[in-house]
Amino acid sequence: MTVKQLQVSAIKNGTVIDHIESKNTFKVADILNIENETQVVLVAMNLSSRNLGKKGIIKIEGKNLTQEEANKIALIAPDATLNIIKNYEAVEKKRVSLEDELMGIVKCFNPNCVGNHEPIQTHFHVERKDPPRLRCHYCERTMEGKDIELM
Amino acid sequence: MVSLKGRDIISFRDFSKEEILYILNLSKEMEEKTHPDLMRGRVLASLFFEPSTRTRMSFESAMKLLGGEVISLVEPGATSMAKGESLRDTVKIVAGYASAVVIRHPLDGAARLAADTVDIPVINAGDGSNQHPTQTFLDLYTVLKTKGTLDGLTIGFIGDLKYGRTVLSLALALAHFNTSMYFISPPSLRMPLDLLKELADKGVKYREVAYLEEASDKLDVLYCTRIQKERFADPVEFGKVKGAYHLSKAVLDGLKIKDALKILHPLPRVEEMDESLDDTPYAVYFEQAHSGVPVREAILSSVLGVKEQG
Repeated sequence: MTVKQLQVSAIKNGTVIDHIESKNTFKVADILNIENETQVVLVAMNLSSRNLGKKGIIKIEGKNLTQEEANKIALIAPDATLNIIKNYEAVEKKRVSLEDELMGIVKCFNPNCVGNHEPIQTHFHVERKDPPRLRCHYCERTMEGKDIELM
Repeated sequence: MVSLKGRDIISFRDFSKEEILYILNLSKEMEEKTHPDLMRGRVLASLFFEPSTRTRMSFESAMKLLGGEVISLVEPGATSMAKGESLRDTVKIVAGYASAVVIRHPLDGAARLAADTVDIPVINAGDGSNQHPTQTFLDLYTVLKTKGTLDGLTIGFIGDLKYGRTVLSLALALAHFNTSMYFISPPSLRMPLDLLKELADKGVKYREVAYLEEASDKLDVLYCTRIQKERFADPVEFGKVKGAYHLSKAVLDGLKIKDALKILHPLPRVEEMDESLDDTPYAVYFEQAHSGVPVREAILSSVLGVKEQG
């Protein structure tokens, strides 16, 4: 008889970010600022995944994601799913999803953009969510893939 | 009914086909008839943070011909901007003195930032290498006037297609009119890839070619732009490119072209276009430059809501 076992230990209450493309696991961990977490944090990578080949997973006890964190994760790991855990049960499961407008979280890649010279918050319109394509509100240039850099 | 009262004129990504045609029709009215009292008691603030002759003077002329006043930033280097004041603060202050603002700035997106900052209409007179919408309105007006239509034309763009904001604005505007486009440029000055994708998404049929002879017989309109020496690290390379994209009557005589071809150029021209072209029936660039005043009269009147069409 085989016993199915969790690849990463469970948390009691908090958030699990699953289906992170394995190589981006630590980028997501950075977004979540886990080094300053005081409760249990579990990080795993290179777990086998049917869709991604290899995936990463992050579990944080007592964590509720902010909208800003969700937007950033959606840019770095568009396939990621969020599981809200209450008393060891996943009470809610959802894909991360970008909002239509991103304020102050992405840097414009155009060095001549006014957003890189004036003391203002950057502002992007999300033209496509998956894979993300962003258009700068100011200089109107579009960014995809590697050009997208978080602030 | 179309109304542009209170609107900013920043980018062709903001306008519908109906709004574009509205401005063009109003431009025709402005050209046919004078309106000396339309702007009485109104003030246009002219903020040019970059040199300009034609655009600045045609805006001033348009405002004055309509009975309005113009206040200008004489030399941006000598103003508070040089003391480190932010663009937003400068625009906010000036907005208190005027009914509308026209702005040219070397940074991409500066006009949008100005428009987001103040409640009065802001008109973009060129922001970095991004957009130059009032030039585009007068380009469209010239095409409409000399070809009788904007629909279904084949347009060639030649020269610096990478940094030329007039090309970018015009290509986006013409995407509303079932236009076919040829982009004729050296490899280093090709149209930006993201813009080509955007045009394709809008259903525009286009081809990129390296030389005019690959497209000349198909063109109804040829839009020329200046190739600037400072875009080339190697002066030898610049010399070669300059020669290959030089237009003259002799060059046209050696090519297959349509009799009704019209050649536009936003001016100033330097070496890319020979004076021998000026007296040919193809050249409409001086007519194009003169349209600057009625087109800017139409833009100013519509955003200030002082004139509705008809």
